Amino acid sequence: MIRIVNVTKKFGQKVALKNINLEIADGETLAIIGGSGSGKSTLLRLMIGLIQPTSGEIWIGDDEISRMSEKEIMRVRLRMGMVFQYSALFDSMTVGDNVAFGLVEHTNFDKEKIQAIVKEKLHQVGLDGVENRMPNELSGGMKKRVSLARAIAFGPEIIFYDEPSSGLDPITTNRIDELIIETQRALNVTSIVVTHDMVSACRIANRIAMVYNGELIAVDTVENFKKIQDQRVREFFRIID
Amino acid sequence: MLTKFFEIIGGFMIKRFEEFGTIILLYVDTLKQSTHKPRIRHIIAQMSHLGVDSLTIVSLTLLFTGVVFTLQTAHEFIRFGAQSTVGGVISIAIGRELGPVLVGVVCAGRVGAAITAEISTMKVTEQIDALKVMAVSPVNYLIVPRMIACMIVVPILTVFGDIIGVAGGWIVATQYSGISSYLFINSIKMFATIYDLTGGMIKAIFFGNVIAVLGCYYGLNCPDGAEGVGIATTKTVVTSIIVIFILNALLTFIIYR
Repeated sequence: MIRIVNVTKKFGQKVALKNINLEIADGETLAIIGGSGSGKSTLLRLMIGLIQPTSGEIWIGDDEISRMSEKEIMRVRLRMGMVFQYSALFDSMTVGDNVAFGLVEHTNFDKEKIQAIVKEKLHQVGLDGVENRMPNELSGGMKKRVSLARAIAFGPEIIFYDEPSSGLDPITTNRIDELIIETQRALNVTSIVVTHDMVSACRIANRIAMVYNGELIAVDTVENFKKIQDQRVREFFRIID
Repeated sequence: MLTKFFEIIGGFMIKRFEEFGTIILLYVDTLKQSTHKPRIRHIIAQMSHLGVDSLTIVSLTLLFTGVVFTLQTAHEFIRFGAQSTVGGVISIAIGRELGPVLVGVVCAGRVGAAITAEISTMKVTEQIDALKVMAVSPVNYLIVPRMIACMIVVPILTVFGDIIGVAGGWIVATQYSGISSYLFINSIKMFATIYDLTGGMIKAIFFGNVIAVLGCYYGLNCPDGAEGVGIATTKTVVTSIIVIFILNALLTFIIYR
């Protein structure tokens, strides 16, 4: 379980997140929605421990990461995987080396075993035979899928997705959504998806949380969320309607 | 008016001290992490990328420095009948000062800029965050191999540059100034000692440290966007050159006093 307790984050004088309280159950898919600059990516970065909260606590299972040193957070991050907004593939490495990266760094597996896992993970995301290609030879959608293969290669308990549909056409977005659902089902991982795409959020999530101007204004199941009458929430649904 | 002036000066100083402190902390962290199992493959790759690729520019710089230095001094030395000291003077000047400092400056421009450009691009494209999320320390993965590579490569380049520089001086002395080859080489044997070379190499090790750590620091802390990469690269080159000059004065005082 992930627990965020009274978390506030300030950058200088600017308050990015105000008193956030949120619980995410194991195996759940939570979509965090909100407009640009609302603070949803900051919330994601706090959960991964890339930044520290100004006040409050962030629990990943039994680990309170907001008080941890970088070295201790590294241990917790071994249980996480992340799909970045722009994929963040290492551009000096082949696709295969990118997917194998975590395994090479943190396991004693031999080369053959690592290659077998890389093949399997790339197959899971529908990208067979691209191991030897460089990231700059791939399309945006393919990069996202490689990024997902890299995130699941190490067998994480939690996967974070930062704007997975950003910059993709509707068909590719649909394919990525399906992959997120398939991955969640196959691995029973906890998924946290930051997005501003309401269609995707409704399709993939069990619950939706909305961040507005640094405040968490609504958290509920997809069905209940659609019924919320708050003007700020309705604005997001108006586009789908 | 005066208060505003002191506010600006004070603010500037605080910022510089803050930056200095952060660089020192990064350096200490890098030294700590360099005690872990070395990434030999990465170190060799960096030595090749940063060192071998700098050979041409280092050769050209030191060759023409040796040529010009001899052109300027040989004539005057001959006028005072001191032609038997030309080789020694050139080799001491190049070995102690010109070699390490010029190689340091060239490497700050060539190597430091390359390190910053690469790391800041990785930062802008979230590759540094990807390393962190995969529980890999960017200091251990990126900075340590570059620092070790620079500590090995810059002294080697310095020795190489010293030889090329003295060779440039020898060409001018023998072909233009009319000093015999025997006299030039004998002068080196008489006046120069191995200490002139090793002192320069010690300096080069420190310069290698400065170039790598500053290159990585400005890369990791570059402002967002393509413009940020340019700003960070310029800062690396300018700061490295300034630090190399200051450090050179300090090291000369310690090594050759």
